[in-house]
Amino acid sequence: MISYRGVGVAFALSGLAGLGLAVVYILGGQPQWEGALLMVALGGIGVGLIGWAKQLYGDSEETDQRPVLPSAVEPRVAFATSLERSEEFSRRRGLTGLLAFAAGSLAVAALFPLRSLGPTPGGTLRRTSWRRGSRLVTEGGGEPLRPDSLGRGGIVTVFPEGVEADEDAATVVINVDPAQLGEGTNAEWVIDGNIAYSKICTHVGCPVGLYREPEHSLLCPCHQSTFDVLDGARVVFGPAPRPLPQLPLGVDDEGFLIALGDYPQPVGPSFWNRGR
Amino acid sequence: MFLRLLRWFDDRVGGARFGRQALDRIFPDHWSFMLGEVALYCFISLVATGTYLTFFFEPSVREVTYDGSYAPLQGVEMSAAYRSALDISFEHRAGLVMRQMHHWSALVFLASMTVHLGRVFFTGAYRRPRELNWLIGVTLLVSSIANGFLGYSLLDDLLSGTGLRVAYAITLSIPLLGPDLAFGLFGGEFPAESIIPRFYTLHVLILPAVIAVLLGAHLALVWRQKHTQFPGPGRTEDNIVGSRLWPAYAAKSAGLFFIVLAVLAGLGGLAQINPIWVYGPFRSGLAVTAVSSASQPDWYMGWLDGALRLWPGWEPTVGGYSVPNPFLPAVVLPGLFFTLLYLWPFLEARFTRDRRPHNLLDRARDAPTRAGIGAAVVAVYGVLFLAGSNDVTAGALNIAPERLTTLYRVLVFVAPAVAFGLTRRICRELGRRPVRPVAGMPTHTIVRTATGGYETVPDPESASAASSSSSGGEL
Ligand code: FES
Repeated sequence: MISYRGVGVAFALSGLAGLGLAVVYILGGQPQWEGALLMVALGGIGVGLIGWAKQLYGDSEETDQRPVLPSAVEPRVAFATSLERSEEFSRRRGLTGLLAFAAGSLAVAALFPLRSLGPTPGGTLRRTSWRRGSRLVTEGGGEPLRPDSLGRGGIVTVFPEGVEADEDAATVVINVDPAQLGEGTNAEWVIDGNIAYSKICTHVGCPVGLYREPEHSLLCPCHQSTFDVLDGARVVFGPAPRPLPQLPLGVDDEGFLIALGDYPQPVGPSFWNRGR
Repeated sequence: MFLRLLRWFDDRVGGARFGRQALDRIFPDHWSFMLGEVALYCFISLVATGTYLTFFFEPSVREVTYDGSYAPLQGVEMSAAYRSALDISFEHRAGLVMRQMHHWSALVFLASMTVHLGRVFFTGAYRRPRELNWLIGVTLLVSSIANGFLGYSLLDDLLSGTGLRVAYAITLSIPLLGPDLAFGLFGGEFPAESIIPRFYTLHVLILPAVIAVLLGAHLALVWRQKHTQFPGPGRTEDNIVGSRLWPAYAAKSAGLFFIVLAVLAGLGGLAQINPIWVYGPFRSGLAVTAVSSASQPDWYMGWLDGALRLWPGWEPTVGGYSVPNPFLPAVVLPGLFFTLLYLWPFLEARFTRDRRPHNLLDRARDAPTRAGIGAAVVAVYGVLFLAGSNDVTAGALNIAPERLTTLYRVLVFVAPAVAFGLTRRICRELGRRPVRPVAGMPTHTIVRTATGGYETVPDPESASAASSSSSGGEL
């Protein structure tokens, strides 16, 4: 317990800290000093008040009776009776029915603006902006990818040329040894070891992007789902329920890598009717 | 002068009697009763610092180029929201303190609410007549968690972008409604333009209003029903023992208010929190930096992240339709948990058949099964929370995250079972002992004699132990 003198010291310190705060502010501000001084200014008042109250009242306690919460029977009945006055309204059946109709249709009408909150999903969840012939460019733009742009073990994030802002289309291209490809991979879509998978994790959609070359696995930073790059991005570990979809790759006349079309399955996290 | 003013008001409004009764009210003192107060004061701090932040924050995804004083990001393209958050941190005087104080207040707000919930649970304070206030309290917790999440999602930095993405995928995973709900909530396919302004309205207007109204109702009910108290000498079901509201309790509570604010200000100035400039802007979100940074949500969302991590990669299909993987751990599990939490007072009343009003609190040991269930929930929560940062732990301990995940998958079942058994056992042991045994103190019973006089009879040691052990029905 602090003495009256202590209470005085606390208030005085608080006052000085308040002035100090003003000085710091005028001098251009400094977060640590501001926080510390604010703490002293506020804390001084708090400590002082509690100390003062304890000096005056100590831990003395007083006793009071609790009220009886439930009302007596009589007022309860009286309340119910007053409430039931509304029965005068319900006697006209036809009118109450019409009122219910009016209120109901108003409620239904009010539901429609909800539709404006967002577009109908339609097919957008199943499509990305990859088209037959889309070239592969990195986010910063620049020269489209060629089959020899990546060294063995190289990895790069690409988008369809012209629509670099489409998140859904984010794709990782990794250069692997074609001789090691497993069953799960569609080898026809692998060009000179370049293999392309959707970058959107099939779990809850984080960008998958950590490539461990020795184990040829792609790792999602969010919940550690791990995909085997050589085997059709099969899930080796973690909560992801499905492999990453593989993008069909080809080469155009000018020797650039292109997509042969959109992803064969919807990319990213699941939704209930994705199989339909 | 003061009296004249008082008379002026009372002539017009009346209410002197009410005022007198209010000032004379008794509030019980116990350190654990301050937890709710701490939460209230954090909310006040949140409103104050938050209002200040709205003066400078720009809730827009309009693309801008940064030219402020933080050199590493100069020339970088970002959203106006992220830039204004940087400006609050670097350009506006005391802006960083306000921002960090706001964030800390949110963390402490939810922490004190959670501990308060635990206090109310373990002491059985929710029993009749206080079931209504339990329902309001749980709703307060849910709305506050939601608002906390919305709050740190507004800054449009890389970390919060990840959080939003997860929230979107969870919404999307709901059978039948998912895609429409997600598109309606986010304004289109992720990342839609309207997320930030929309969530801003929810964060600064709708949810704070909900919280404020519920808080008012919560306090009004405490006022009406009066606070519970722990059993002790002179305390019965029908009385209330403590300090008078005016001025003893008011002074102490005001003191607590200033101390809570002081701690939050100290944290805000001295302990760095959510350094968004380190994370970088979200922008298209697929920036290469995304892959290297571990993403941990704020603590109150950690358990959800942990559940997502531990859930195996199942995705059953029913008649060609899939039940998306995140649906069970991230929608059904929390839904179930909060439903049970809401229903708890009624479930307990049904199982114990105890429907009497209670103004005296239990100590945890008085209800060993309740305490056991509480401990089991805390254990599950703890394991999920740890699992939410398994990559960090794995890195620190230098073991494969795979092994850690397997361990947690086992622990999430074992830990609550052990916690339940152990806690119940300990409570039963403690319950057998006398209440707060004081060594060497003789105990006496006052007996009313047949003639109407009183007589003091010293208790034998054993009798005192038996009489004071668990009274009332055991849960
Ligand atoms: S989002 Fe990739 S593992 Fe969860």
